[in-house]
Amino acid sequence: MARATIPGRLTWQVATVVDVRNETARARTLVLNVPEWPGHRAGQHVDVRLVAEDGYQAQRSYSIASPPEERLVALTVERIDNAEVSPYLCDVLQVGDGLEVRGPIGGYFVWDITQGGPLLLVAGGSGIVPLMAMLRHHARADVRIRGQVPVRLLYSARSWDDVIYRTELEQLTQGQVAFTLTRDAPADWPGYRRRIDQAMLEQVSWPASQMPRAFVCGPTPLVESVSTLLVALGHDPSNVRTERFGPT
Amino acid sequence: MQAEEMRLDGNAAAGILRELFATDVTAAFATCKGCGRAGPMGTLLEYGQGMGVILRCPSCESAVLRIVRTPGWLRVDASGISLLKIPDQ
Repeated sequence: MARATIPGRLTWQVATVVDVRNETARARTLVLNVPEWPGHRAGQHVDVRLVAEDGYQAQRSYSIASPPEERLVALTVERIDNAEVSPYLCDVLQVGDGLEVRGPIGGYFVWDITQGGPLLLVAGGSGIVPLMAMLRHHARADVRIRGQVPVRLLYSARSWDDVIYRTELEQLTQGQVAFTLTRDAPADWPGYRRRIDQAMLEQVSWPASQMPRAFVCGPTPLVESVSTLLVALGHDPSNVRTERFGPT
Repeated sequence: MQAEEMRLDGNAAAGILRELFATDVTAAFATCKGCGRAGPMGTLLEYGQGMGVILRCPSCESAVLRIVRTPGWLRVDASGISLLKIPDQ
């Protein structure tokens, strides 16, 4: 049967929500069945479109959290109070509902195990989402290949309760994860408790001589600060890929 | 809201760029007509997501690409790009 879609053309489709998972008090994962899904790469996103009865449209981009190996598409959405789209996705949408999406989108902020490593991931808040797809992809790779690609993650969050995918992160990184809590840290918190700075990056990252591939995702101020610091530490700017998250 | 918090990057414009191009161009190299910087479209700075987007050069802040959606028309001003180099796969 001939396909209605033209290859290479990005079209809107109605996905079905097949599962929802609360990750934190403010973040929720939506698992979608997208009928004509061509597969994706770790780091890509989809556009989501909401249309009101009066025709008003709101469109946002959400990173894919699931690895390319999975047929279903998982998005993790952080609720931004008083925003147009995320409260609907986090509070209203239910299993069985339809959601208009188009994707996968993006070819710059992507990583594949064949590109090698070491892989340095730096996340701020919900900026962990596309990096999670990379970690899950890494975990699915053949053990001999995976063993040659070490991964480290530095994750900045406001508080321990704001850390998304906490348990899975510890497992996937085999302990190679450092958390920094910028607002509230428990009294016995053993990790960092400040914004990411040069000393922290020097401790967590590999030296520039090992040429790690760095992926930095989070709010614009964090992304610009971290990428500037990494370049100052001698990392080649072309090995430091960034994606800025805005309020949604 | 701080201005810098509203500044995104070319990755956020990837969807609207895919309405123009048959392939993803966020990894394509755009040379800025203003200062000559060449870098992936994904590294350009994006402003505004209402009626369209403006992608600016991170070095000289010139508008490299403007895309505006008006009723019935997608208007594209690419005069800030002197060369676009797209991976040929």
